[in-house]
Amino acid sequence: MPQSTLKNYLWESRLFRGRALVAVVIVVCLVLVVVMRLINLQVINHEHFTTLSQDNRVKVLPLPPTRGLIYDRNGLILAQNVPTFSLEVTPERVTEMDQTLEALGKIVAIEDSDFKRFERLRKQRRRFDSIPIRVRLDEQEVARLAANRHLFPGVEIQAKLLRHYPLEDKTAHAVGYVGRINEQELQQIDNSAYSGTSHIGKTGIEKSYEKLLHGEVGLQQVEVNAFGRVIRVLQSKAPIPGKNLHLSLDAGLQHAAMTAFGEETGAAVAIDPANGAILALVSNPGFDPNLFVEGISSEDYDALQKSETKPLFNRAIRGQYPPGSTVKPFIGLAGLETGTIGIAQKNYCPGFYQLPGHSHKYRDWRKGGHGSVSIDDAIIQSCDVFFYALAHQLGIDRLHDFLSRFGFGRKTEADIADERSGLLPSKEWKRQRRKAPWYPGETLIAGIGQGYMLTTPLQLAHATATLAGGGVNRIPMLVSQVFDSTGRPSLPPNANLQVKLPVNDPENWKTIIAAMTQVIEGQRGTARLIRNEHYHIAGKTGTAQVFTVKQDEEYDEEKIDKKMRDHALFIAFAPVEKPRIAVAVIVENGGHGGSVAAPIAKRIMDYHLLEQQP
Amino acid sequence: MTRPRVHQPSGLPESNPTRADGLLADLHLDIPLLTGLFLLCGFGLVVLYSASDQHGGQIERQLFRLGAAFVGTLLVAQIPPAQLRRWSPWFYGFALLLLITVLIVGEIGKGAQRWLDIGVFRFQPSELTKLSVPMMIAWFLAEKPLPPQWKRLLAAGAMILLPVLLIARQPDLGTSLLVASAGIFVLFLAGLSWRFILGMMITAIPVGWITWEWGMHDYQRDRVLTFLDPESDPLGTGYHIIQSKIAIGSGGLYGKGWLNGTQSHLEFLPERTTDFIFAVLSEEFGLIGILLLLTLYLLIILRGMYIAVQAQDTYSRLLAGTVTLVFFFYLFINTGMVTGILPVVGVPLPLVSYGGTSLVTIMIGFGILMSIHTHRKLLPT
Repeated sequence: MPQSTLKNYLWESRLFRGRALVAVVIVVCLVLVVVMRLINLQVINHEHFTTLSQDNRVKVLPLPPTRGLIYDRNGLILAQNVPTFSLEVTPERVTEMDQTLEALGKIVAIEDSDFKRFERLRKQRRRFDSIPIRVRLDEQEVARLAANRHLFPGVEIQAKLLRHYPLEDKTAHAVGYVGRINEQELQQIDNSAYSGTSHIGKTGIEKSYEKLLHGEVGLQQVEVNAFGRVIRVLQSKAPIPGKNLHLSLDAGLQHAAMTAFGEETGAAVAIDPANGAILALVSNPGFDPNLFVEGISSEDYDALQKSETKPLFNRAIRGQYPPGSTVKPFIGLAGLETGTIGIAQKNYCPGFYQLPGHSHKYRDWRKGGHGSVSIDDAIIQSCDVFFYALAHQLGIDRLHDFLSRFGFGRKTEADIADERSGLLPSKEWKRQRRKAPWYPGETLIAGIGQGYMLTTPLQLAHATATLAGGGVNRIPMLVSQVFDSTGRPSLPPNANLQVKLPVNDPENWKTIIAAMTQVIEGQRGTARLIRNEHYHIAGKTGTAQVFTVKQDEEYDEEKIDKKMRDHALFIAFAPVEKPRIAVAVIVENGGHGGSVAAPIAKRIMDYHLLEQQP
Repeated sequence: MTRPRVHQPSGLPESNPTRADGLLADLHLDIPLLTGLFLLCGFGLVVLYSASDQHGGQIERQLFRLGAAFVGTLLVAQIPPAQLRRWSPWFYGFALLLLITVLIVGEIGKGAQRWLDIGVFRFQPSELTKLSVPMMIAWFLAEKPLPPQWKRLLAAGAMILLPVLLIARQPDLGTSLLVASAGIFVLFLAGLSWRFILGMMITAIPVGWITWEWGMHDYQRDRVLTFLDPESDPLGTGYHIIQSKIAIGSGGLYGKGWLNGTQSHLEFLPERTTDFIFAVLSEEFGLIGILLLLTLYLLIILRGMYIAVQAQDTYSRLLAGTVTLVFFFYLFINTGMVTGILPVVGVPLPLVSYGGTSLVTIMIGFGILMSIHTHRKLLPT
């Protein structure tokens, strides 16, 4: 006790009481400050912080849909999803990583490159993410691993679906393939719809039907902790699988066509004139589309790119060739329908044609000429002079307008991606694109399908089908039916779109088709090689120049390099009475249409009409 | 950490309780204060159980610490205030000596040094100063009649500043702040003139500026800056406060329920068993739970102030009042920090945060309070 008087003691006591009271008041005030702060956080801004708290813990994970399957007209599968297995390690759950990897290496082969990739990914990913150490395990490896699985905690076999094309090169150009989404595609697609999807259709039907095949992404709402580890699933919305496509394409016919081509490069397209359905779409040689699915190796890609035969080039829809004489039936029909010539009218063919006032000789393929020919003879024998004269009389613009009705010079709008439009010249086109006037001589060579005019095999088949179908222009379709995951069928977009062409006189059409029939059946027909007793074919051969012979020189096949030889073309439909198939065949540098292209077309038609393997 | 000194034979006093309340009174324990402390510690354990993800081991260790701290309370309560008062200067000198030792060891070890390893256990000498400083100042000021004269104030100021600077050099901002506040509370309770207090507040502005410029480490400045705008560094220093505010705010009025706090259980909230345990409580028990907790704290503080006012000599009054106010200061700094109205300084929520050192100091402080209250003599009225 301090030495103090009672008075002093009371005074100090009172002083302390005062100070203690002030202190208590301050304490209560400060506690109230904290309470007000808490009210601000917990009551006034409660919703804001609840949202932040939810954002912290709830993440949405995409569930990618399964891609739709593709079948041919007989239900044969053309594109499917097959599980592939990879061996994955979760670092967090493995105590002795080096020992584990060494032991795994004794069960399955693990290359140095596998180790490198594993170490690289291990640095990038989180400890609880599984990292692949081996991909594409075969069945034996999977079995061996499965048997030893209990020895390796934290090591798992993961299955994922990979696109697979069982017919490989046979359907490569028609069906196309999928590949990993690249930068450019990433810009174009709806990123939320593709979250979780790694592949996208790159070519063919896979590309044109991407939207239907892909399906709809599902979502999984999960709770995660501060490190991103999934703690539990809160909610999920299942993905909707992509739609299955049933094609009008006949895998057997594809195979038959490819076989018929053999070593030749070229393309063939077959269409059912009755409905525009594409029965076959072949570009030879094909390639194995499965190489592209998981990313093609640079060696494989170089080999395909550098190959002389250009296997990656889809000649059926992107190859643009002069139609040559295969355009003659259409020009002949133009002459009849416009009344420029009559059915029985005859012109003399001396073996060449000269424009009035010009000395230049436009030669016929037959040196001595065909003599006096009418329209049917001109088609049967493929008289050039007759068509020079007819083209000259029609003029390029009338020619252009009539041919464009059959789809020449523009895309057929078939349901396959990246089709090219070919070229149907006109005065307008030349003025705009070439900044030059049209010369009359250019009309003449257009009359025999040379010069500026270019067509794709698909366009030729389409035009032939239009002719065979009596003048109904139908959009060629690869897909006949679309099935959703519940099996409910629907029609593809653009199905049954058609335009009825004007017909002045059905006799004109009959005359042309009769002449085309005589191309095969007639004694002097250019394709009499494929005459047969089973059904009647209407057709037209063609030869497209790759190389222009100078005025005074002769074309000698033997002397010319194979690459500079003429392309052989043939268009046909059968049976003439009730056409069921229209075909266009192009054999690159094949020489004569009648001898090279027509037999291929015959084997395609045989397969389809007689159901016989060639 | 005064336990070693308690075992001196002279420390066992002849008790002279004014009221006989059975065994507890014989043990010099104050029942209202003890009830409040037990309720608070019990609540704390419930929260810690959740914050530690139902980690039984942590609860066990915390229970052991609480037991040890309570033994400290019990032992200190037996020492009569007069004895404590006699020991005050010696205790002050001893603590100062340890602080210097720690600093020298730290200089040699080239790094922040707070701990002193004396074989069997390690402890922070700075913890001792939390008690030794107020004891010393109370002893010093009680020598002469209150209010203190200028010279005494100046001397007392120096006595406070010396250990505070030593601790700040460690560097340990939280503890130096608490020690300084303890000294200042004694001065305030001793009747520091209001004019002086006002003067100090006005001086604090330039002093604060000088401290900011020259007296602070970068990390301390960062903390202040982060406090002013936590979102400016959301992945670094601001992360604690942002996550803490989310935890508190999302708790709302009623909380997410015990063991259901997503911020804490999904590990978004850092240091959730120690400095930020208040956020766990806010998230799981909501405003209602916090008000309950704050009520418990206020009851303990009011009881402490009552004991101080009832004390019979100046030394006891000053010491009891200061111990109580330091206890409050812990609470205010921690809740202010966790709710984002004060900078982040490492101060635990007293008696609730996981960890031993401050727990023992605080409980010994309450032992002093009980000693003061139960050693009163009957006074002539």
